[in-house]
Amino acid sequence: MTVAADDLEALLDRASSGVALDGLRIDETDDGYNLEAGENRWPGLDEAALGRALESSDEYVTNWRYWQETVGGEGTARRAFLRWCERAPLADAEDQADAEATVDAPLGVPERYDALRDGIDREWGQLSITARFVDIDNPDGERVYDLWHVDDADSDLADLEVYDEPRDAREIATHDDDGRYRPLKTAPTLPAGWAFTGLSGDDLVDAVGFFYPATIANWHRERQGALDVDHWLETAERQTGIYDVIDELPREAVEWMTEACCVDSQCLRRREWEYEEGDDLDADGGDGPFPCREPCSLVIAAARKWAILESEEERTYELELTTSELNQLEELIDAVAEGRVDEIREADVNDGANRYRARYLRAKRFGEEGLEATKVDD
Amino acid sequence: MQALVIAAHGSHLNPDASDPTYAHADTIRETGAFDEVREAFWKEEPHFREVIRTLESDEVFVVPLFISEGYFTEQVIPRELRLEEWDPDRWESDGTSASQATLEAEDVGKTIHYCGPVGTHDAMTDVIVQRAETATENPDVGEGFGLSVVGHGTDRNENSAKAIKYHSDRIAERDRFDEVKALFMDEEPEVDDVTDYFESDDIVVVPLFIADGYHTQEDIPEDMGLTEDYRLGWDVPADVDGHRIWYTGAVGTEDLLADVLLERAADAGADIGDAREAVRELAASVAGTGADSGPERGSGRGGLDA
Ligand code: SF4
Repeated sequence: MTVAADDLEALLDRASSGVALDGLRIDETDDGYNLEAGENRWPGLDEAALGRALESSDEYVTNWRYWQETVGGEGTARRAFLRWCERAPLADAEDQADAEATVDAPLGVPERYDALRDGIDREWGQLSITARFVDIDNPDGERVYDLWHVDDADSDLADLEVYDEPRDAREIATHDDDGRYRPLKTAPTLPAGWAFTGLSGDDLVDAVGFFYPATIANWHRERQGALDVDHWLETAERQTGIYDVIDELPREAVEWMTEACCVDSQCLRRREWEYEEGDDLDADGGDGPFPCREPCSLVIAAARKWAILESEEERTYELELTTSELNQLEELIDAVAEGRVDEIREADVNDGANRYRARYLRAKRFGEEGLEATKVDD
Repeated sequence: MQALVIAAHGSHLNPDASDPTYAHADTIRETGAFDEVREAFWKEEPHFREVIRTLESDEVFVVPLFISEGYFTEQVIPRELRLEEWDPDRWESDGTSASQATLEAEDVGKTIHYCGPVGTHDAMTDVIVQRAETATENPDVGEGFGLSVVGHGTDRNENSAKAIKYHSDRIAERDRFDEVKALFMDEEPEVDDVTDYFESDDIVVVPLFIADGYHTQEDIPEDMGLTEDYRLGWDVPADVDGHRIWYTGAVGTEDLLADVLLERAADAGADIGDAREAVRELAASVAGTGADSGPERGSGRGGLDA
């Protein structure tokens, strides 16, 4: 493969202000051009010699062209994300190097070029992204991206619904497999069965943005050490109107709330907000690649409900139950909380949350007013 | 680079609440007038709080997809966008005359042109009229017809009624319809008694709401007596007390609304080229085929669950 003439021209144009990317380096000095491509160094070249030397470094040249000419956007989240997709070194990643060294070491140009022939896979929540060359046999540096559900990693493309318009991601993300509306985009309930293939970098970033809005921007800021986290109290105190009450939610209840809403089984964002700066919550914030920088609107809406409920006094009630019935109440609450209700088989009467068991309990213990319990503390 | 952000309410309960936002955003995307077009929501994602940082553009035009000036446009949106210098006085508005204010978003250091809501822009008057045209499938509708603009009323926001009256007055001045009347759900004159207010046999009723939902698809049709039960649907036109009522869906679903969004941004200094012409042509062709007329059913409860 040869380096295209217009690539050479573009590189020469830029050489005076210096070219430096992924191991390719060209400086213009009084003694001519100095070229570096990976391990190789050529000092003091004239233009013709530079051209010939670049011919032998075509991977570095096409890589440079892809990143500088096609992707552009120096310093943007978009560019950082696309580089992350193919495990290219990230400009702001020095302090991350340790964390990533073991599993995720950034790849140099030759290794990356090898890997891009097969496709480099990344996971972003429930999204699986493959970066690959457009032309695998004769790569000219242009990349495209495939996007599908992690559960479809082994599916045949022919079995998936194939899309190419990033906006279609909005439709896909609207309902879960049971047809229920998904108001929280990062809930781990994204349906499978679809694929976007051959997306440009810009289209990939758009599609990911429709699936998981703002995750790329916040991930990028976090890498730069610029993630602006708003902790619970700040966020709660900022609210007005009907949400004005949420700053009255007791600290303990905020714990329960994060355990209810923010753990990985409910939300793939990694909760970075705490009760207050220096006052951490116990519940696990999760392990996802993208951070959550402040309580979301769903949590705020739920917090309002809990703030109202928590203002009630506790009382003592007396009700008649057998030990098994008490256990059954636990099983019922647990099944609802874990979203397990639909999995319980019709005839599985050993499960306390089985519908017949629940109906039996209701028939036996509910009166006109529901559960027959007596207040005993007044 | 310049970006347009359409700031809308959205819903945790009803996915249809954001449909108009997406539809108008897509229309504007097609025109190519902005390098970036982004939807942002109070109850969906991306939230107002995070939207600006998803943009690469330094010049950002934010247009609230709300009907009236008030709590959301004056407090919630500017606060959540972190427009620290914001003050409602910047709009110098009497409740229907907000134009724009140029501010910095503090978390990202970008210039934000914060525009008045679509609902109070003069161009909204045209959208209401177009709504009447699509509902009647008659581009010349007017003579022999009464028109009513319907709004929520003043219980939640004193400016809400102002927007309704403002457009009613403007339509009345055009002398196109025989009669024009502003009616409300929660204050006098009430939409329940719609036929009391008109002599014309034919009355077009246009609800000035952004999205179809509980109010436009359940409350108002039942209150007006178009149907006993909204689930049974209703005819367009429907006979009520010897009048024919041409009830349309929420005005916010009208294609021409994309034009109002563009005008808001252009008033604030956005360079939109000939995007408005493109949008108007598109909206006119849709209206011409009557593709968007008739009752839109089944959008369910909870357009606004604030
Ligand atoms: S607040 Fe909790 S539930 Fe909401 S996005 Fe963040 S981590 Fe997820």
